[in-house]
Amino acid sequence: MNLTSGIDEPLVLGIETSCDETGVGIVRGTTLLADAVASSVDTHARFGGVVPEIASRAHLEAMVPTIERALKEAGIAAADLDGIAVTAGPGLAGALLVGTTAAKAYAYALGKPLYGVNHLASHICVDQLEHGKLPEPTMALLVSGGHSSLLLAPDITSDVRPMGATIDDAAGEAFDKIARVLNLGFPGGPVIDRLAKEGDPRAIAFPRGLTGSRDPAYDFSFSGLKTSVARWIEARRNAGEEVPVRDVAASFQEAVVDVLTKKAVRACKDQGVDHLMIGGGVAANSRLRALAAERCERAGIRLRVPRPGLCTDNGAMVAALGAEMVARNRPASDWDLSADSSLPVTEPHVPGHGHTHSHDHVHEISKDNLYS
Amino acid sequence: MLLLAVDTATPAVTVALHDGSSVVAKTTRIDARRHGELLLPLVDTTLRDAGLKLDAVTDLVVGVGPGPYTGLRVGLATAETFGFALGVPVHGLCTLDALAYASEVEGPFAVATDARRKEVYWARYDDPRTRITEPAVDRPADLADRLAGLPVVGAGALLYPEAFPDARGPEHVSAAALASLAAERLAAGGEGFLAPLPLYLRRPDAQVPKNYKVVTPK
Ligand SMILES: [Zn+2]
Repeated sequence: MNLTSGIDEPLVLGIETSCDETGVGIVRGTTLLADAVASSVDTHARFGGVVPEIASRAHLEAMVPTIERALKEAGIAAADLDGIAVTAGPGLAGALLVGTTAAKAYAYALGKPLYGVNHLASHICVDQLEHGKLPEPTMALLVSGGHSSLLLAPDITSDVRPMGATIDDAAGEAFDKIARVLNLGFPGGPVIDRLAKEGDPRAIAFPRGLTGSRDPAYDFSFSGLKTSVARWIEARRNAGEEVPVRDVAASFQEAVVDVLTKKAVRACKDQGVDHLMIGGGVAANSRLRALAAERCERAGIRLRVPRPGLCTDNGAMVAALGAEMVARNRPASDWDLSADSSLPVTEPHVPGHGHTHSHDHVHEISKDNLYS
Repeated sequence: MLLLAVDTATPAVTVALHDGSSVVAKTTRIDARRHGELLLPLVDTTLRDAGLKLDAVTDLVVGVGPGPYTGLRVGLATAETFGFALGVPVHGLCTLDALAYASEVEGPFAVATDARRKEVYWARYDDPRTRITEPAVDRPADLADRLAGLPVVGAGALLYPEAFPDARGPEHVSAAALASLAAERLAAGGEGFLAPLPLYLRRPDAQVPKNYKVVTPK
């Protein structure tokens, strides 16, 4: 288990169970070999959101079959793996526990090193499977139902710095809530994206949160926008008028992606970073991709957005970060690795106890501020 | 034959190795909140104590509950993954059966474990090897009459002495008992096992939202 030097193109299997997708991916270095995902999203749909206990039950059912599927897809033998990586957090505690437990058992049975890694850092690292090695530093905008953050990563395996984050709802959460007000079902992102294409993004001037001159430059807020959209819709309904669903969807979506892209581009400029990576489920949104492309081009920033299938939660992203851990000879995790539902973004992985780490102070602060 | 038995359906995180004739090593920690952290190191310790490696295991035995779900899944996920990685069978046993087997009660009795929320998981037995009811979850007060006059074994009984006046030990489940029971059943032809799937007995707490909350002030 004590590698004295890194391996060039490590073969790593990654397990992701932080929310409602059971993902198992296999990579060789930065090459994707398998990306097996079992989703319980349909089961959650009628509850209007992810139900943690339902997700945990589904993970246990899907775990071994999904590992089996990934191995078959990759056409490799488990004995040839250089390591097993798993999302240690942040995420739903019970859901994370199924993945970390299975990963530990699998790594132990195979006699391979185990790497408990950070879900958010994995969302960034997955882009290596699409666009090759990440530039250092990488500026990343992560947007999903669970997180909205701007992160600066000088080294994705050891140094990830929070620049800004949402102070209330995650961007994806706002999509889900507005979809619910419009009776469009769950999840809200894809359906709003689709309807918005036939609507006018300038039809209604919804507010852009935290964009005043005294507001924090890189933080986000979507709660006020959500309330404002809901009120606008209710006013139409109360007046007995028809709600122009397409225009509402387009104008709401525009307000979200306008702020996200503006702040991300500004962060790149301020920090002198000429690349922007966008990841997370909301990165699958077509308008976010288009507006980011437009604004990055104008600012001379190279945009890196993985294909939609790699933006949503999956095991490949965990394998990608695990492979980087092996390649850079980072210490493995211990067999008592525990799932940490509020693992700070500043900890890309959870090394074993034998290894000192200097982030204790940061740990406490970020725990309160970012993901509690 | 080498059986590795694990159970995490109760506060006992428990591991045992059985070679077909006797238990060769066992380890148990009582901790209701750290099943995930404790189980694999305990497996490792148990194997070391026996001077064996995991690949010597020929059969896995896992307690399938009933028990609080989060902890319960740790044992199942571990056993199923080991079974897959080693290519050996995984046999499920009702966790209550291990308590019954370890009890020294003669004649009919019941077993009860703590189901939290002021309820117990329980079942009735004719003798330590013979369960005669499906495992169920109920309030102790609702069981007092039905189990009146019967000894009741386990932490669920000891926790509610007013409902179960003849409460008995053992309080906690041991994988050693689980392994011994499994070894007996395998030797007798392999009947009497359950699929390695959790016995939840309760539906997940989840409510279908009625409607979204209107935000316009009245
Ligand atoms: Zn995610």
